[in-house]
This record gives sequence, structure tokens and C-alpha cells, in this order.
Amino acid sequence: MNIVVCVKHIPDPNVPPEMDGERLKREGVQGVLDPGDEFGVEAGLQLKEAHGGEVTLVSMGPEQAMEAVRRGLSMGADKGVLITDDALAGSDALVTARVLAEAIKKQEFDLVIAGVESTDGYTGTMAGTLAEFLAVPQVTFVKKIEASNGSLKVDRQTPDGYHVIECPLPALMTVTAGVNEPRYASFKGIMAAKKKPLEQLSLSDLGLSGDDIAIKQKIAEIAPAEERKAGEVFEDDGTGAAKIADFLKEAKVI
Amino acid sequence: MSNIWVYAEVHNGDVDPTALEILTKARDLGDTSAVVLGPGATDAATKLGEYGAKTVFASDDAAYEEFIAQPAAHALAELAGQHAPELILFANNYDSRDIAGRLSAKLGVTLMGNATDLLTPTKARTSIFGGTQLVDVDLEGPPALVLVRPKSFEARPADGGSANVEQTSIDIPEETKKAKRIERHEEQAAGPKLDAAPVVVSGGRGLQEPGNFKLLEELAEAIGNAAVGATRAVVDAGWVPYAMQIGQTGITVKPGVYIAIGISGATQHMVGMKGAKKIIAINKDEEAPIFSIADLGVVGDALKVVPALIEEIKSRKG
Repeated sequence: MNIVVCVKHIPDPNVPPEMDGERLKREGVQGVLDPGDEFGVEAGLQLKEAHGGEVTLVSMGPEQAMEAVRRGLSMGADKGVLITDDALAGSDALVTARVLAEAIKKQEFDLVIAGVESTDGYTGTMAGTLAEFLAVPQVTFVKKIEASNGSLKVDRQTPDGYHVIECPLPALMTVTAGVNEPRYASFKGIMAAKKKPLEQLSLSDLGLSGDDIAIKQKIAEIAPAEERKAGEVFEDDGTGAAKIADFLKEAKVI
Repeated sequence: MSNIWVYAEVHNGDVDPTALEILTKARDLGDTSAVVLGPGATDAATKLGEYGAKTVFASDDAAYEEFIAQPAAHALAELAGQHAPELILFANNYDSRDIAGRLSAKLGVTLMGNATDLLTPTKARTSIFGGTQLVDVDLEGPPALVLVRPKSFEARPADGGSANVEQTSIDIPEETKKAKRIERHEEQAAGPKLDAAPVVVSGGRGLQEPGNFKLLEELAEAIGNAAVGATRAVVDAGWVPYAMQIGQTGITVKPGVYIAIGISGATQHMVGMKGAKKIIAINKDEEAPIFSIADLGVVGDALKVVPALIEEIKSRKG
């Protein structure tokens, strides 16, 4: 089973974000492999271990995004592809999906795996758009995976439980953080990753230009929201419970 | 008047409440129609009409419910081609996200996610960084495609609204019938429903282990009329069922009082609860972002404060 895993290089989510004009400030901010994508890489590796084939990582981003791809290679993926091009800075979801789709079409794949949503943008719509460009079905919010000859049987989270979904391959699925426990990259894995194939592609390599990559959705304005004011914060000295009870009484809930 | 569409999910015969919220807002911006697909669609038209849809495009075909996203995206693309709406609005829900994502590729229009307000038929607002910054976006279209977060608007019936129902007769191609639902499992949470409870008690990693979640249940019980929720981190860790998850993925709540226990305040979580009237936070880390939006913050060990609070409430209630 040949698997493509989409990975994203994001600013370290543990560092409070800042704006640089209308875009997220990335300069001077340490980047990491999106923690949500580690579950996708792990899911790919487990399927490969059970069914054979190759795991290819595909990412789009600036050159530093190579670090995120290398991290996935260190975990055990076989090869990586990074699409990087100055013209892609600030791309919207539609352009990103189109670019990823063209890069994925160059691979032989039975299954494309991604995280449910990125940790920095969390819109979670990429899967649908990408699946449509690839002309394959999609199963999102997967928390348990069984794969067999040419098909998938998965548990998909729903707002009040889960559904069991059957889906023929090729397909695209997004996995939740509950799906597995991602492995750590071993020292051996990190060393081995340095020798693995890592291809860098530009837009012209994918045959995309002009209208294909034009950003059409524009930000009109960014303004600070009316802030919710912080109230009283105090160290618990044994009176915390009583203060909370007073507050609840004042709010008329007890 | 602008021609605005709302895609409404229907589950077990009930219209998704978010669709009614969005319709309420949309009718101020233009002429509204709703699209509803799957078993129960035609019956749902009555309710959609009451909330302001003048026309409801409906199909009761079971394939829309049985197969994920593809049949509905196909139908929406066909209908949009026939009727040329300026704006199609979706609830930021699981199935609608999948459908809207595919429709974006079909129509070649960028989809805007996570909208929290609609300013005009061509401009929508979202918030970023845990709601500290508002971003207004000029939408691409027509048709512009927007996913709206639940509870962004209050649902109110329109005066004497009723809809003209148009049965759609779109052929669903076989190649869209791929990802098939074969079993459905529901996990029932005890007590009042999370999205309707006046008080929400919610826990995160700071509770240290799954067994400690029962403290929250005891607290909810002591308060009465309170529901228990959780952060994504503890749901992902398998401590509690997904139905309890509050946040971006999960449920959005706007209770009178929200008690955040052992929750640091990740953006993911805050967007789902910062609409609460009053917020109480208990956390060991005084730097936790949750304190920046809390009306009352207690820096302390939840495992000590919560049992003491339960006793305090019980003794006050006598």
C-alpha cells in the first residue's frame, strides 16, 4: 500500500503568535512539524508495516519547511517532497490544495493521510478540497483504522459518538490525535533520514502558474477584538473554594 | 436583494440548530434559500421556512446521508450552476466542512472557514489567536463560500415565514457513492446537554489522570443543572468521550458560568467557550492563558480546590 502523508511546518504552537502586517510572523519563530501531523505519519507507518509499500511525505512551505519533512523521515517515512516557491507565500486554502494535489498526482498512491486540521490555522477544510482535486473519496476525523485489500474500514468521530465507514481505495483520510501514539524519532532514524530522498519542487515543476495560484480571497482589515478583561486572580491560600462559592452565589447559580 | 443560500444538515429528522442561527442572520442580508439533502429533508423545509428561508431546495434521497460529502457536493455544485446564488453558508460542522471543502474545488472558489460574523454578502469576519484579533475578509465569488461557527448568532423565527419547497431531481452519479456509513454509534452523556446547560464545569490535563474527572461530575451535581465538558487534550488521550469536547473541534458553549479546571487555555479550547457570561479558572500555572479571560482566577491545585468547593457548596445549600 503506497501512502502519501501531508505534513505542515508551523510556528512552534507553544510560542504566542504575532502578526507581521496581514500575515503570521514567521521570522525568528522556531518552526516545528505540526504536532497533529505526527499522528498522520504514524498512521502511514503502521499501515506500511502491515501491508508493505512506501510512505511519502508531501509538504508545501518555505525552505525551512524541509525540517518538518526531515522529522517525518526520521520517524521512518521513505521519502519526502517539498513544494517551495516564493510565489506561494500567503497562499489561501484553495491554492494550497491545488498545489498539493499536483504534487501528490506525481506519486503512486493508494491512500493520502493528513491531520484533521492544522494547529495554526485549524479550518479543517483542506481534506475535502484536496480529495476533490484528486477525485477520490474522503473520510475525515478517523480514530481507528483497518485496511484490507483495496479498502478501508474506519471509525469516524461524530459530535455524539462515531460512525463506521467503509471506503474503497484510493482515498484520502484525516486522522485525529486519538488514533495512535506517534513514535519518537530514534538516533538511528535521524541518521538514516539524512540519506533518504528529499525532492524539492517549484511551481513550474508542477505546471502551475498565473490564475492557478492567484490569491483571490483578501483580508480587508485586522483589528483587535474587544478584550475580555481579566478579573481577580489570586493564589489559593485555602480560601479559594470559598471565593468561588461566593462568586457562584453572586451569579445566582447556587 | 442578494440571493443567499444556507446549507442545512438534517439528522434523525431534526434540522441542525446552527443552520437556523445562520438563516436568522442571512435574512437580514438578502433573500434566503436553504438547501437540505437526505432523509427528512422535505419535512425540514417547514422549520427552515419559519426561520426565513423563502425557497427550500430539498431531496429525501438516502444516498446523501449514506455516502460522505461527495453526493451533496455534487448536488450543490449543480444547483449553484442553475440558480447562481451569491453566497452559500455552511455550519462549521463535520459533514458540512467536508462538503464545503469539496465544493470549493468544484467551483474554484476559496472557502472561508471559521466565520464568526457576516458583515455583508461579500464580507465576513473571523477571529484569530483565541479571539483576540478580528479579521474581516473580502470573499471571493460568486458564489462565495463560508463556514460559520455554531452559536455565532441567536436563532429567531421570522414573522410568518414559510418556504416554497422545490424538490431537486439531481442525478447522483455512481462515482460519488464511495465512502459509506455502515454503522452508527451514539455515546450518551449524562445530565443536561452541554450546549444548553446554564453552568459548564470543564476539565483539562491539569486533572492529571482520568479518574479525577469524577470530581467534576460531583461538582456539577453539587451545583445542579450543570454539564461536564473537557478539552481536546484529554479527549484525545481517551479520558472521556468525544461528545464532551469543547472547542474549535467539538462543541461551542455559551453558558452563564464556565468553570475551567486544570485548563491552560489553548486557542483551540478558548474559541469554544469564551462566549460564556462569567468564567472561573482554577490552574496551578499562574501564567496560563486562561487567566487572561477569567473573571475569577484561582492559582492552585485543582485536586485540592475542587473537593473543598464541593464541600463548600453542599454546606451552603444545607
